[in-house]
Amino acid sequence: MHRTHILIAMDAHTIAQGARSVKEALQRELALAALADEVRVVETGSLGIYNKGVVLVIFPDAVYYTGVQVQDVSEIISEHLIKGRVVERLQYTDVPGAEKVAGQAPRAGKQVRVVLKNAGIIDPDNIEEYIAHDGYEALGKALTAMKPQDVIAEVKQSGLQGRGGAFFPTALKWEFAARETSKEKYIICNADEGEPGTFKDRLILEGDPHAIIEGMTLTGYAVGADKGFIYIRGEYRMSINRMQKAIEQARAHGLLGKNLFGSNFSFDLEIREGAGAYICGEETALIESIEGKRGEPRDKPPFPPTEGLWGKPTIVNNVETLANIPQIILKGAAWYKSLGTEKSPGTKVFTMVGNINNPGLIEVPMGITLREIVYEIGQGIPGGKGFQLAQMGGTTGGILTAEHLDLPMSVECLREIGAGLGSGALLVVDDTQNVVDLVMNFVEFFNHESCGKCTLCREGTGRLLELLEKLTDGKGTVQDVALIEELAKIMMKGAFCGLGQAAPVPILGCLKYFRAEFEKLAKTAGSAAA
Amino acid sequence: MQDLKKVDEIVKNYSMTKTPLIYILKDVQKEYGFLSETLLTRVAKMTNIPLSEIYGVATFYSLFTTEAKGKYIVRCCNNAPCHVKGSKAVLDKIKEYLGLEMNETTPDGLFTLEFTSCLGLCAVAPVMMINDEVYGNLTPEKAVSILKDYKMKGLANA
Repeated sequence: MHRTHILIAMDAHTIAQGARSVKEALQRELALAALADEVRVVETGSLGIYNKGVVLVIFPDAVYYTGVQVQDVSEIISEHLIKGRVVERLQYTDVPGAEKVAGQAPRAGKQVRVVLKNAGIIDPDNIEEYIAHDGYEALGKALTAMKPQDVIAEVKQSGLQGRGGAFFPTALKWEFAARETSKEKYIICNADEGEPGTFKDRLILEGDPHAIIEGMTLTGYAVGADKGFIYIRGEYRMSINRMQKAIEQARAHGLLGKNLFGSNFSFDLEIREGAGAYICGEETALIESIEGKRGEPRDKPPFPPTEGLWGKPTIVNNVETLANIPQIILKGAAWYKSLGTEKSPGTKVFTMVGNINNPGLIEVPMGITLREIVYEIGQGIPGGKGFQLAQMGGTTGGILTAEHLDLPMSVECLREIGAGLGSGALLVVDDTQNVVDLVMNFVEFFNHESCGKCTLCREGTGRLLELLEKLTDGKGTVQDVALIEELAKIMMKGAFCGLGQAAPVPILGCLKYFRAEFEKLAKTAGSAAA
Repeated sequence: MQDLKKVDEIVKNYSMTKTPLIYILKDVQKEYGFLSETLLTRVAKMTNIPLSEIYGVATFYSLFTTEAKGKYIVRCCNNAPCHVKGSKAVLDKIKEYLGLEMNETTPDGLFTLEFTSCLGLCAVAPVMMINDEVYGNLTPEKAVSILKDYKMKGLANA
């Protein structure tokens, strides 16, 4: 029996800051201090504290340490574990306005954890810890007491919308596939997270992989599919490894495989790795990739719920969407609807990045304002600089300015101003950044990621880049600015898939609010030529 | 003549997997370093997939390469979240230190410089990845000191 547990956050962010060597040092020094039998070091997912170096928490004391380096380890052991004195210089204390939740990291503002409830609390490599936190209970409930159509009805009641960025009603998609009579149907988890600034799916996969397995199995039961694929981008090595281990454990526990919970329902899962292509986040491109082809999007209709992977009815759901399912089944639609706004129920996971004091992953009820995210949870902008703009939803996301600070972040409110929640990435940009440079950065990205299938996107992104380069080189004219706008508008209407249609969104947004910045460059050129 | 036995073994390993081409190419690249025409031709023969289609796949995905690369592949992120945290200055310094432009390899075969797609490490931006290791909160100086370590390691093992 261990008297103490040290949970060390082992996610991609902390590893980039040296978490592995700190863990090794902990194990080494615990052995030297003859404490290896009493103190257990457990790797966990993200603890919700970012950019503060290596993070660990000691239980049962629930003391959080940040910025831990290898040379601090012996002090933590001799002071905290042997003498029972907190090492104050490393302790992470409450941020202003934080609510204390037992066993959870101090968190600022109104954060609620549904999707991330286990992340940083359980050992993701141990299925028993997931089970101890109500894991697989929803699946048991569904398979023993609910018909497939009851599962769909519950999710429909909850109002859950797809968290991949399109916010399509999840249950509606399921109904399309459930209606199909094909014997073979597939469930795909879209874990090809590639939208710049977004890492929510990564931290869900790394922190709570069994929630995805349970969510997919429930989806399979609802629509009548017995096989699922988790498509994870090749760059997410750690997510792939954790998920592989979780699948094996679930099989060993009889939670994947034949006749689950003694029912007639069988379900199994396989991981498919991406090989580096942003476009594969688009669901039909993703399907092409699983089929071993170039990840180019398909013509729609038919949509995947009627004709998807290998021509069979297929449900493609995002990681965050699937992580919501077990809890909706367990706690009910009414509970889920009590969170968020009327039209956007539930919580949303956001990643706060860019010029912000407290970057990272947060889960908040839908409808929180931009100001609350940036200034309360994010603790404002570094260096006393001002807020210039924010981009919501990744690089294809809409542009928000100071006039939108009090706008509730919900699907319906953002739609009204021509923006969207997208992937939930919130890029904060301070007032010292050059907007034209930023737009050029966006366009370089699209130009690189365009798959080349349709002319408007392939050529359009290239011409936009040329026009922007002309402007920044001081050779542009006011007509070029108008041309950028015209081309962007045409792409939005005519491109083949979501990439080319969404690429103009941030360009037009920046032109709408910061047109003078563009024209300033053009005017200088005009006068220089004259 | 290059020994192609490993290619055959890799293809056979996936006989139970439906449409495994991407896995096959990953494993072949891992084994041989890069996807040469000879290797792709062999994959085509073993899988009965046209070579043109295999070439199309091998050149579509950024994690595949049809050319030899350096021992250490330095992948820098320049997406918007890294951009606003100063990735350009970091990249300029790396280019200067290695004497490379993007997608070039040093004459000693030690380093190749590339862009990476977003690695989802934006809370510690700007970031770069060297082979499988990731480095965050970079400054131009920090990036150079990391590269110096690799250079020493690489030259010592040469």
